[in-house]
Amino acid sequence: MVHDSGGRQFNLKAMLRDERFWKIAFQVITLLVVIALASFFIGNLSRNLAQQGQSFGFSFLRNPAGFSIGESAIEYRPNDPYWRALMVGLGNTLTLVIAGIALTTLLGTAAGIASFSKNWLVQKLSRTYVGLVQNIPLLLQLFFWYFAIYGTLPKPENQINILGLAYLNNRGVYIPWASNALLALLGIAATVGAAIAAFYLWQWRTKTRIETGTSGKPQSIALVVLGLLWLAIVTLGMNWTVPEGVEGGGVTGGLRLSREYVASLTALVVYTSAFVAEIVRAGIQSVSKGQWEAARSLGLHADMVMRLVVFPQALRVIIPPMNSQYMNLTKNSSLAFAVAFPELYSIATTTYNQTGRPVEVFLVLMATYLTLCLLITLVMNQLNQAVQLKER
Amino acid sequence: MTTLTPDSLPSTRPQQIGLGPRAWVKKHLFSDWANSLLTVVIVTIFGWGLFSLIKWAFTAAQWQVIPNNFGLFMTGTYPPELYVRIWTVLAIICALAGFSWGVLGRNLSTLFSRNVLIGIALVCALIILFPPTRPSSLKLLPIVALVAGMAAVGRQVGRKFPGVGKWVSLSWFLSYFVTLWLIGGGLGLTRVSTNDWGGLVLTLFTAVTGIALCFPLGLLLALGRRSALPVVRWLSTAYIELVRGVPLVAFLFMGQVMIPLFLPVGSRPDRVLRAIIALSLFSAAYLAENVRAGLQAVPRGQREAAMSLGLNTPLSLGLIILPQALKIAIPAIVGQFISLFQDTTLLAIVGLAELLGIGKSILANPTYLGRYAEVYLFLAVIYWFFCYAMSLGSRRLEEKLNTDNAHADGLRVQTLATQHPA
Repeated sequence: MVHDSGGRQFNLKAMLRDERFWKIAFQVITLLVVIALASFFIGNLSRNLAQQGQSFGFSFLRNPAGFSIGESAIEYRPNDPYWRALMVGLGNTLTLVIAGIALTTLLGTAAGIASFSKNWLVQKLSRTYVGLVQNIPLLLQLFFWYFAIYGTLPKPENQINILGLAYLNNRGVYIPWASNALLALLGIAATVGAAIAAFYLWQWRTKTRIETGTSGKPQSIALVVLGLLWLAIVTLGMNWTVPEGVEGGGVTGGLRLSREYVASLTALVVYTSAFVAEIVRAGIQSVSKGQWEAARSLGLHADMVMRLVVFPQALRVIIPPMNSQYMNLTKNSSLAFAVAFPELYSIATTTYNQTGRPVEVFLVLMATYLTLCLLITLVMNQLNQAVQLKER
Repeated sequence: MTTLTPDSLPSTRPQQIGLGPRAWVKKHLFSDWANSLLTVVIVTIFGWGLFSLIKWAFTAAQWQVIPNNFGLFMTGTYPPELYVRIWTVLAIICALAGFSWGVLGRNLSTLFSRNVLIGIALVCALIILFPPTRPSSLKLLPIVALVAGMAAVGRQVGRKFPGVGKWVSLSWFLSYFVTLWLIGGGLGLTRVSTNDWGGLVLTLFTAVTGIALCFPLGLLLALGRRSALPVVRWLSTAYIELVRGVPLVAFLFMGQVMIPLFLPVGSRPDRVLRAIIALSLFSAAYLAENVRAGLQAVPRGQREAAMSLGLNTPLSLGLIILPQALKIAIPAIVGQFISLFQDTTLLAIVGLAELLGIGKSILANPTYLGRYAEVYLFLAVIYWFFCYAMSLGSRRLEEKLNTDNAHADGLRVQTLATQHPA
């Protein structure tokens, strides 16, 4: 059956049997189908838009928005352009996401570690929490927090006072805060900076103690000084204002966290933490039993076993899936719009309703959320590299 | 050979190594002072919380909103004179479920073990005692009997015809279309507009349809992303990453608005269909990533072995790679299905009256003003039940497919040998 064609003569049968031909043909066909579908959809889109008397473009973002926004992290007036309104939405989304990620990390890690507790009650509590919260939709939980929990708090007239420091009523939560945004930012920056510096100081201290056998006293003193400095900045430098209840209801001073914000934050944190707890649990379980036993036989105390031996190893398994949980939290923050928190998606919907431009608004939304997710991935990849096993 | 054990030695039960209640409490709750403090704090806080919850549930809560609107919760604004069609659907599904249960359990020594009987008794008691279902217990109790009866039938049939399994799968497939016909009407039945679909029926319908559509799409995308062909790989990757970067609510809302824009002028698909399309397109991207993880976990040697047996790419994928990959990916895939089921709540935001949406509209009724906690707790129990059942099912499936034992391997070698006589 061998054709002696010398490779010059065109042979259809041989070509059909050649895998290389099919590889190329399959790709060409796929590409053609996708192009055909895309041109069909885009053609329809332009015809539909033409029928509505519209043309594609983003210039509408410069028109005045004309709607007011309940709460905003940056200055905003109703006659500001649409892009500024969208920035306000992005700012609100960010306040929700950043606080959410921080609290989720704490609660989720705590719940994950709690499932290894010696205390039977703590262990069962952690398992029940995960089993309960993971199986109930986030939106339902959000409504529950917003309407059934925070909505049934007392009216401002008989608001709850917590130790004279914070107030709770059905309009929101009032907490002590720096007297202006710049100082608050300074305080947060000081806290983050101090934490990073303390981490490196501690590492340096451990390193010198191991390498030179000294007590590491200078570093300890530096740590204490750093702590005092931070305490001084945070207590004295931030010019705290404490909320004060007004006779007959209402609060002045402090920072008001609206009921929408608090409910969204609670729901997001409680829901995502259950997943984080499972990730942390799986990560800790992935550390082999010998590591626990070796650490114990070195004479380490139970919490030191966890802190020094098991958890650092578990982090390698924990961090990659944490990335997707943080991204989920970011995307789920859009649900806050269901309780009228003016975050990015909510503003985008209002923009769409006023301008009737679904495609452009959707592209803006997509680009923004994609950028946020990308940023999270970048940071998490850095973190992941830091905790990976360093081999030769 | 005789045994050397003297028969004078009485046989005794193995010694109990379990702790007594006192020792157990001491070990697990009060082992040291920190532990004791923790126990006391937790018992105080949660005891108080639980006490207030129970007190609220029995004194302050007004549960009337649930039984008064039970029909709405289950079927939305579906016309009550056509409820018989919903009942038929329920009966068909329950009969099929019972039959499949019987077929699957054909090798068990007893189908109705003590636990199963207790379960059935509990379900019957719940139907009679639970106020919302009590009016329809005359319909629900026969359905329970139907499940049990079909299970017995299924067991007998399964024993007589071992190959009945694929017919069961086929009848599940067909039952979907029968259900669609019964709920939506047409072909001789009165049509019911999708505007009148609602409640749990709509939730389950969208979830099942979404799952059925997103699975093949996700599978294709995962294969595409792992493909050696660059064009296919790029297109799949781009789709997966773009969709995963957008929140579902944006996808759904814009899906409602944009799907008509992308179709020829004037065509406007049904809004339930639009929601299902958006939901499936969204979930497929996530499912693809789960399947991809499974594909990556299959050792390279498997593919090479398949190739060296002379299987081409589609055959080696279908017969060798995918069965292993899917088995590995089951927990993640079912997790994605659970999340799709939960995501159907977002249809409430785009104005569909599924379970959460109908809850919202009932709460908007002035008669039930402020009954948030009651309604949302009730809905939470329903969602929890379905999601928990799915995760339980996935765990069972995992155990069933866990073939890591020599016996099963031996069986497989035998079947291979009979299929390819030398």
